[in-house]
Amino acid sequence: MASPVAHSAHHAPQGFIRKYVFSLDHKVIGIQYYFLALFSVLIGMSLSLLMRFHMVHPDAKVGWFGTLWPTAAQGGIMTPELYLSLMTMHGTIMVFFVLTTAPQSGFGNFFLPIQIGAEDMAFPVLNMLSFWTTLLALGVMVAAFFVQGGAPLAGWTAYPPLSAVPQAGPGEGLGQTLWIVSIAIFSGASLMGAINFIATLIDLRCKGMSLMRLPLTCWTWFVTAILGLLGFAVLLAAGVLLILDRTAGTSFFLPAGLMVSDQILNHKGGSPLLWQHLFWFFGHPEVYIAILPGMGVTSQLLSTFSRKPIFGYRAMVFAILSIGFLGFLVWGHHMFMSGMSPYSAMAFSVLTMAIGVPSAIKTFNWIGTLWGGRIRYTAAMMYALGFVSLFVTGGLSGIFLGQPALDLYFHDTYFVVGHFHMIMGVAAIFGMFAGTFYWFPKMFGRMMNETLGKIHFYMTFVGVYAIFTPMHYLGIAGNPRRYSDFTNFDFLGKLLPVHTFMTHAAYFTAAAQILFFFNLFWSMWKGKKAPMNPWEATTLEWTVPSPPPFDNFAGQHPVVNHGAYEYAVPGAPRDYIMQTDPVDVHAE
Amino acid sequence: MLLAPIVWVLTVVICYYFAAQVWWFPPAISQHGLAYDAQFMRTLVITGIIFFLAQFALGWVIFRYRDNGTRAHYSHGNDKWETIWTSATAILFVGLVLMGTRIWVAVHLSEPDPNAIPIELMAKQFAFSFRYPGPDGKFGSTDLKLVNDAAGNPFGLDDKDAAGKDDIVSASLKVPAGKPIKLIMHSRDVIHNFFVRELRLKQDIVPGMEIPLYFQADTPGVYEIPCSELCGLGHFQMRSTMEVMSEADFEKWKVEQAAQ
Repeated sequence: MASPVAHSAHHAPQGFIRKYVFSLDHKVIGIQYYFLALFSVLIGMSLSLLMRFHMVHPDAKVGWFGTLWPTAAQGGIMTPELYLSLMTMHGTIMVFFVLTTAPQSGFGNFFLPIQIGAEDMAFPVLNMLSFWTTLLALGVMVAAFFVQGGAPLAGWTAYPPLSAVPQAGPGEGLGQTLWIVSIAIFSGASLMGAINFIATLIDLRCKGMSLMRLPLTCWTWFVTAILGLLGFAVLLAAGVLLILDRTAGTSFFLPAGLMVSDQILNHKGGSPLLWQHLFWFFGHPEVYIAILPGMGVTSQLLSTFSRKPIFGYRAMVFAILSIGFLGFLVWGHHMFMSGMSPYSAMAFSVLTMAIGVPSAIKTFNWIGTLWGGRIRYTAAMMYALGFVSLFVTGGLSGIFLGQPALDLYFHDTYFVVGHFHMIMGVAAIFGMFAGTFYWFPKMFGRMMNETLGKIHFYMTFVGVYAIFTPMHYLGIAGNPRRYSDFTNFDFLGKLLPVHTFMTHAAYFTAAAQILFFFNLFWSMWKGKKAPMNPWEATTLEWTVPSPPPFDNFAGQHPVVNHGAYEYAVPGAPRDYIMQTDPVDVHAE
Repeated sequence: MLLAPIVWVLTVVICYYFAAQVWWFPPAISQHGLAYDAQFMRTLVITGIIFFLAQFALGWVIFRYRDNGTRAHYSHGNDKWETIWTSATAILFVGLVLMGTRIWVAVHLSEPDPNAIPIELMAKQFAFSFRYPGPDGKFGSTDLKLVNDAAGNPFGLDDKDAAGKDDIVSASLKVPAGKPIKLIMHSRDVIHNFFVRELRLKQDIVPGMEIPLYFQADTPGVYEIPCSELCGLGHFQMRSTMEVMSEADFEKWKVEQAAQ
């Protein structure tokens, strides 16, 4: 498994640039990814606040809007096309640069090698390259705001013809081109990352770290990497075809008979549905790329802090694998209303319900883990418990949307917006909060403030429920999504009070995040010094100093003798057995 | 533990608003709509029970199992329970989707009624137009080059085609109550969507495709049609209406339109 000889040749780099900027160390790269996501989430959250403001005050005149967007918000009044640009960029930045980046590339990079007893990732140079490529993609994406016509308005799904025809709207010119280029670069970066994760997990596990002794976090990072490898390859291809349709006159996604802005186009033979198939073949696994690592972190934390082995480890592994497999067979449920064959809709719906089963298994096993436990309510544990609650809520609305019959009404309403925000948005973010509070001591050598953390948790937990639950009621009332204001329809006017409530809930929740950012940066410099194993946890990262040395195990080669969740073992001297403890720990 | 009551209160509040139906569907105006509502309620009751029990159980373990310094019972799980809840969920989920299948089949896969009244829908940024074949029952031929929205010719009707002379073009949809309708949908620029809440029906309108939608509306009234697929900057104001009228009124309307 491990190749100690080659890896012992690692020497700590000297000099600031090699150590912290162009670093090959997976830990530094993990932290770089984490901060990239943190920066992105600030942009994404600000955009959502502007959107929520505009929806309830579409005619408001705000001086600095005009300063920021001289054309799209002339005189300080936000135009509908600016709203759509904000929406497109909010979705794109959140999905790619936050949900895909922090849980997998951030935490995964830092902790996968340590948890399997390796000194680094399999390909450190590739690792560095994938981070800098991701940063480049972010730069290109943000640049779309500043070009002629502004950012694209076709949504994060970029359905052609809207995204393929430059005259289809403002932002569909250079802005949309930059968007596609950025996504293509990001896909490349993700492919590099995925290859690295897969190779690392397969080849670099230390002695004794059999697959069934892996922490569940490693399983989720591994399966997520496979999803990324297969999904981003297809997205990259789709992006190239879309660019060709826009610039080279090809017609992959454009049919004959198009007339946009009174201008007849010369395309023929393409299909707008082809894009949707390619996009969702990536897009659905992407949902699991966002949520699987959160599931892994939650499993890890629930076991650690309830001082009990994870309930049904094998069932959990089986569930992760089947979610990964089935995740590639359900993309059509995004297309029930697309004009796709109604027969395939029925097949996709049965498969969609099937993927609900392993998700339900995970939930049952989490409750089973907590049942009869000795729960320690740390801030990290609160987020993991919050994750379970949000996962249940967000998952169950999928039972409505997975039925084509019910999707006949709910498709493209706020019911969908509520569903995916609840599960892949906030549940995944709670996974990140949990991971942050749990691993911060190991990453930065200091503890975060528990009291601040818990206050932040309660405010955020209630806040996100207040934002996203009412969206389900709006969906039932038929409110379409992606509307910049609600004054043109009689039935929407009546729903405005609900929107106003959600906007206020969003302000409140965003304000609560100040506590998190303060806690994070304050603790980095002023937090209490962290011991090696503050949570009395069993996995390998807790056997090394906080923060770990350059090659993680200081030249030692750890040997694993136990499974990952040995808590409350009868007869053991402590209530937990580290994975590296000697085999005969019981006899002591 | 504060979290337990918070989870319980949130659960009760969420369930209350689903039960109270403050923000809800408008009444259904078709047989399909009634079948839809029944399937929705079945799904709501089943998921509602699971939601309530799961959140309640989560609150309960949080409330009950605080660390008291003793050691938990050492257990790696229980295969029997694992099998029970896996099979139960599988049966429940797949059962639900199979029950809904009848509704889907009725909308999209049943034998279309040959006597359905054909109406063509043309969507563009940011308006819907509807066309009726007139007394001859035939749609006249169209050409993109003849499209002139300002002159009231969004379809590009060809003057030279006799079949098109009596075609009626309208900015809103008028249908007779209790009669089967065949809506033939086209878009000439980007993807749009036809959605009538009261019909419980929705369908994307895709350029390059001709998508038929069959329905029958029974209750007279005027119903809004909001575009429900992102189509550009005017998406939020892309609106039309569907008026369901008595058969006599519908015939009268057609005669009035033909006279214009």
